[in-house]
Amino acid sequence: MNLLLFSLFREKKRRRVVELTEKMVVDGGTGTRCEWEGRWNHVRKFLERSGPFTHPDFEASTESLQFMLDTCKILVIGAGGLGCELLKDLALSGFCNIHVVDMDTIDVSNLNRQFLFRPKDVGRPKADVAAEFINSRIPGCCVVPYPFESNAFCVEFHIIVCGLDSIVARRWMNGMLLSLLVYEDGVLDPSSIIPLIDGGTEGFKGNARVILPGMTACIDCTLELYPPQINFPMCTIASMPRLPEHCIEYVRILLWPKEKPFGDGVGLDGDDPDHIQWVYQKSLERAAEFSITGVTYRLTQGVVKRIIPAVASTNAVIAGKGQNPGIVKFAYIPLNNYMVFNDVDGLYTYTFEAERKENCSACSQVPQDLHFSPSSKLQEVLDYLTESASLQMKSPAITATVEGKNKTLYLQSVASIEQRTRPNLSKTLKELGLSDGQELAIADVTTPQTMLFRLSFTS
Amino acid sequence: MAATKTSKEQRYDRQLRLWGDHGQEALENAHVCLINATATGTETLKNLVLPGDKPTYLIIIQGSVGKMYLHVIFNSSEHCFFMLQNRAQAATELLQELNSDVSGNFVEENPDKLLDNDPEFFHRFTLVIGVQLPESTCLRLGSVLWSASVPFLVCKTYGLIGYMRLVVKEHTVIESHPDNALEDLRLDQPFAELKSHIQSYDLESMEKKDHSHTPWIIIVAKYLEKWLSEHNSQPPKNYKEKEAFRQLIRQGILKNDNDVPEDEENFEEAVKNVNTALNPTKIPTAVEDLINSEQCSNITSQSASFWVMLRAIKEFIQSEGNGSLPVRGTIPDMIADSQKFINLQNVYREKAMQDAAAVSKHVECILQSVGKPPESISEKDIRLFCKNASFLRVVCCRSLAEEYSVDSVNKDEITSYMDSPDSEMVLYLMLRAVDRFYQQHSRYPGVYNYQVEEDISKLKLCVNSLLQEYSLNVNIKDDYIHEFCRYGAAEPHTVAAFLGGSAAQEVIKIISHQFVPFNNTFIYNAMSQTSATFQL
Repeated sequence: MNLLLFSLFREKKRRRVVELTEKMVVDGGTGTRCEWEGRWNHVRKFLERSGPFTHPDFEASTESLQFMLDTCKILVIGAGGLGCELLKDLALSGFCNIHVVDMDTIDVSNLNRQFLFRPKDVGRPKADVAAEFINSRIPGCCVVPYPFESNAFCVEFHIIVCGLDSIVARRWMNGMLLSLLVYEDGVLDPSSIIPLIDGGTEGFKGNARVILPGMTACIDCTLELYPPQINFPMCTIASMPRLPEHCIEYVRILLWPKEKPFGDGVGLDGDDPDHIQWVYQKSLERAAEFSITGVTYRLTQGVVKRIIPAVASTNAVIAGKGQNPGIVKFAYIPLNNYMVFNDVDGLYTYTFEAERKENCSACSQVPQDLHFSPSSKLQEVLDYLTESASLQMKSPAITATVEGKNKTLYLQSVASIEQRTRPNLSKTLKELGLSDGQELAIADVTTPQTMLFRLSFTS
Repeated sequence: MAATKTSKEQRYDRQLRLWGDHGQEALENAHVCLINATATGTETLKNLVLPGDKPTYLIIIQGSVGKMYLHVIFNSSEHCFFMLQNRAQAATELLQELNSDVSGNFVEENPDKLLDNDPEFFHRFTLVIGVQLPESTCLRLGSVLWSASVPFLVCKTYGLIGYMRLVVKEHTVIESHPDNALEDLRLDQPFAELKSHIQSYDLESMEKKDHSHTPWIIIVAKYLEKWLSEHNSQPPKNYKEKEAFRQLIRQGILKNDNDVPEDEENFEEAVKNVNTALNPTKIPTAVEDLINSEQCSNITSQSASFWVMLRAIKEFIQSEGNGSLPVRGTIPDMIADSQKFINLQNVYREKAMQDAAAVSKHVECILQSVGKPPESISEKDIRLFCKNASFLRVVCCRSLAEEYSVDSVNKDEITSYMDSPDSEMVLYLMLRAVDRFYQQHSRYPGVYNYQVEEDISKLKLCVNSLLQEYSLNVNIKDDYIHEFCRYGAAEPHTVAAFLGGSAAQEVIKIISHQFVPFNNTFIYNAMSQTSATFQL
């Protein structure tokens, strides 16, 4: 060995170590990894040593660490409460190729838990700030931000980790990964599977799950686990309020569109304190009419924005759990496959294997049957699609091939088409020219691919 | 005109919805000491700093093991800083980055030295968190804190295992916020005002509009009266009778001219809620136990307000309460027109206020009897106490000394869990064995690759001596001994993050006296993603 080169190498390494400790800002984001003695000691013990509880296919080697450091590409969806924790955990555990997607900007109320952000960052895109922070603080880590919608690139990643705040978004992601699966002669090609690790929190409760699309239960298989959102009945809001929440909803849903307090066409913006103040005042008036107490500014904002309480600690726990499968995945048998956490009373965790639904509308590849009598109205079909616990669609668009031509039966998202197709809702399926066994193509925000349903007439 | 919400309220909005302004205040006034800024320590600290402004956290950085790893903690002020567990760096970085805003102080000291020279140093804290401390330090610290009645939380990340031990003599919780609370409707023993309110309704003579908007509580009450008169004052008890009762209610649904039942959602609600409605009013066993406890029976001038108020409740139960707790005063939302609902709600509310006032009088008497001014406990506190009377909890953890002493070790708990050899209890025993190893060899097993194999037999000796010392007739599989050598005392970040979150939340519970802390040993197994709580 060339002693000179060897010394030079050691000198360079030593200098790097000194630099690190002298000034705290490190040049990140360029892919140059700064290593120092023992940096990955913790992780090494799991990847380079064999053990009695490891995965049967696991072989201790230095390759896994290299893979983690150099090659493994992870996509983190969401840079909010869970996202910040996930990014930090992944970066500190050795993953250097991380991409993060988030279309949101930073709000003051994020700062109690989304610690990659500072008061000076309020208003800036979360993805950008999160990436900057990690890149400048964790040497060698390269986080690439996507502060915009981008869904054409999932296929590049080894693992996808979600910290989303909506079920609709989760279902979309789920559908996206399912659409990437490759089947050869009806057999699933395992290399087309991209594992999805999903987590969610609410106050002191949370859950983490591992989804192997095409193999384990997917989001839609367990849709019933998510309780549908509570909406108060209109008659209660309009004429029979009893709770302060009813008064607030009255102002939000009925009074605001009527009085247009900030001008024509100006929608209620939950983030605008002036808007909330107006709603608050009017809600107080409404409540006074009915002798209802309990309307506060905080409640008003909570109802308008459908705020879910959140703390740093639950996010830390769920991220720790959710990200664990990522590391543990290499050496151990990963979480199988759903874990819930609740620390209201002591600490409670429960792990179970969520089962695939045989006729899951997203992953089973079994065409869904719709059972209706020919005299049922289209409205009934629409109601079923939105209200069924296993489908929970938001605003489905229904098309069918009638007499050889593609016909849009009903579509909500475009006003002109909605108006044109609305009369179809009160027509019967027979009147619309639909026959038994007919296929209906249904699109909705909850799924990236159009779903095919088969109409099955009951007598 | 925009409401001027303070930026602090905005910032903490999401968590204020969980523990309220009073909980937040408790957090901000707490003095917490965290010992040992390892990955687990800094994670815990981050999760405490984020929800609480101007923390006064004292970080003691233990002498380093020579390892250097990066922990990033992010605090509530502009500054974030690295913590490097190398003594030389630590001082520099902290001085550079910590600023007075954060009001965190740091001490670079060995906790054993502090215990030698100034044990009272720890007395000033609301709570102390000890992270990755060796057994001897833990026990010494535990004993100092126990005598000073300072809560102590022990945390340890060891390989893929997380461990927490809470040590608090007596922790009272008024606001436990239970997930599934039973309603307090008193339909089995309606108080006078409720009775007369129910009587003011005459379902038979009502117009459809009123009939369909009568609260289900009234409906159930009316039909219950009918049932009782026909069944010798015995309420429906079994499934058969409850079904018959539901039928009775269904028959009350108005029928139209064609004898077809109308759509009366309030009656549907009544039928659906029969089980809830028929729940007998009783004092929960947990609360009964508290009422019969020694602290409640012997009130002195040293007694905490919790016990004084509980004693007052006891006396209330024996007098104005007629055997029951004060009325809670809340009812669930139900289909009804506004006026009927509000009127009914007010009946419960006013009774609750009345009961709280009666309890208040008892509080005053008790305070006077022990020579304390009646204003020492506020009306607000008494009302809160009464509202939560069914949910009161007290957590008492055994001391570390008791856990570790051969005379008082909880053998039963350990052996019964070890009936399943893979229960988390085996992980607890392994942690104890590893501590023993450290005591004997001044290092942890398997830290360096070459040690792994030879340490297995050494660790096994520790396991055996542990089991022998405590006369524990259990079997620990060799696999676990191997695994713990493999861990090499690693502190992987993922487990540290989980534990940091869990620990911080328990600390918040202790400080805020809201929600219920665990009692007293929590083990997290990151391999299987399972956990368990033991009382040792």
